[in-house]
Amino acid sequence: MAHVEGHAHTAGHSHAAPEEHHVEGQQHPLGVYFKIWGLLFVLSAASYAVDYFHVQGYLRWGLILVFMMLKAGLIVAVFMHMMWERLAMVYAILVPPLLLLVFVAIGAFEADYTFLTRGTFFGPPAQAAPAAPKHK
Amino acid sequence: MTQTALASTSHAGQLKEGLPGIVADWSSDQRAFKNVPWGKAMMWIFLLSDTFIFGSFLISYMTVRMSTQTPWPNPSEVFALVIGGQSIPLILIAIMTFVLISSSGTMVLAVNYGYRKDRKMTVIFLILTAMLGATFVGMQAFEWSKLIFEEGVRPWGNPMGAAQFGASFFMITGFHGTHVSIGVIFLIIVAIKVGRGDLDHQRPGFMTGRRGTYEIVETMGLYWHFVDLVWVFIFAVFYLW
Repeated sequence: MAHVEGHAHTAGHSHAAPEEHHVEGQQHPLGVYFKIWGLLFVLSAASYAVDYFHVQGYLRWGLILVFMMLKAGLIVAVFMHMMWERLAMVYAILVPPLLLLVFVAIGAFEADYTFLTRGTFFGPPAQAAPAAPKHK
Repeated sequence: MTQTALASTSHAGQLKEGLPGIVADWSSDQRAFKNVPWGKAMMWIFLLSDTFIFGSFLISYMTVRMSTQTPWPNPSEVFALVIGGQSIPLILIAIMTFVLISSSGTMVLAVNYGYRKDRKMTVIFLILTAMLGATFVGMQAFEWSKLIFEEGVRPWGNPMGAAQFGASFFMITGFHGTHVSIGVIFLIIVAIKVGRGDLDHQRPGFMTGRRGTYEIVETMGLYWHFVDLVWVFIFAVFYLW
């Protein structure tokens, strides 16, 4: 695990972009963090404002989800240093959670079905009572 | 290919970028995750599994909430606090959000000072992070007791609306609060290790023979930011929805 810092330059493979990879770890100027920190505060305040001013309907959903994704993206990209990692790791970590979207879709279908079933089963007794003997 | 195989000791300039880089990294011997200490890669993989746990919780909550015939209690009112004779909606949750974001900011500073081997500043920011985390847990305890003792919310029912509200709330925020509490304990442990110079002198930890390095501060940081990340989703879909 000792990080050997010797550059065995194989000539001809110097097309690597100028980047700030450190074998030692992630070192970045503090200014980046302060900017993101401030941005996270602003975004949180904005999403709280959505509730405070009683924004309703699709606008509410849209704003909440946009602020949520922006905050999540900033935390993962900058605070967790994902934007400076190699793509092999970025994809290994960020692609699998997309499967959750499939679960969300399945859950939504299931919930709609349950909702309908409950509507029929627990429905107004005036309608449910006469219908029951018919099926016997 | 040969040069990537040789590059198991990671010479930054030698690694390929883009899609060829992904292929080369994954097909190379020994290590797929270049330039990353294995402890950090393992933390990421743990966090990925944790993502699925919280994902399952939030999706179950969505399913349950969408399928109730009785209206869901309005979180904006349930979590309102009366301050100075005025009822302010969701104010406690908003403060908790800001506390957690602040703790993420102090954590990132701790990681940064750690890599600069600035022992004193690292300890200060680690302790600050732990204190903010403990504040968060304290506010959550206040929120729980208010809900349980004053509002009468139970996992099987509540006076405000759909019975499933309690179960979802206690499961999701309880699991998140547990994560924060564990994080606070680990922050204190890491702060002690940094403070007494374990990492500077590369002393091994009590459960491992591996030498201590400042990388563990970053690994700790990943966990802490993840806790903040989960709260972003809980805040949006549970409290604001």
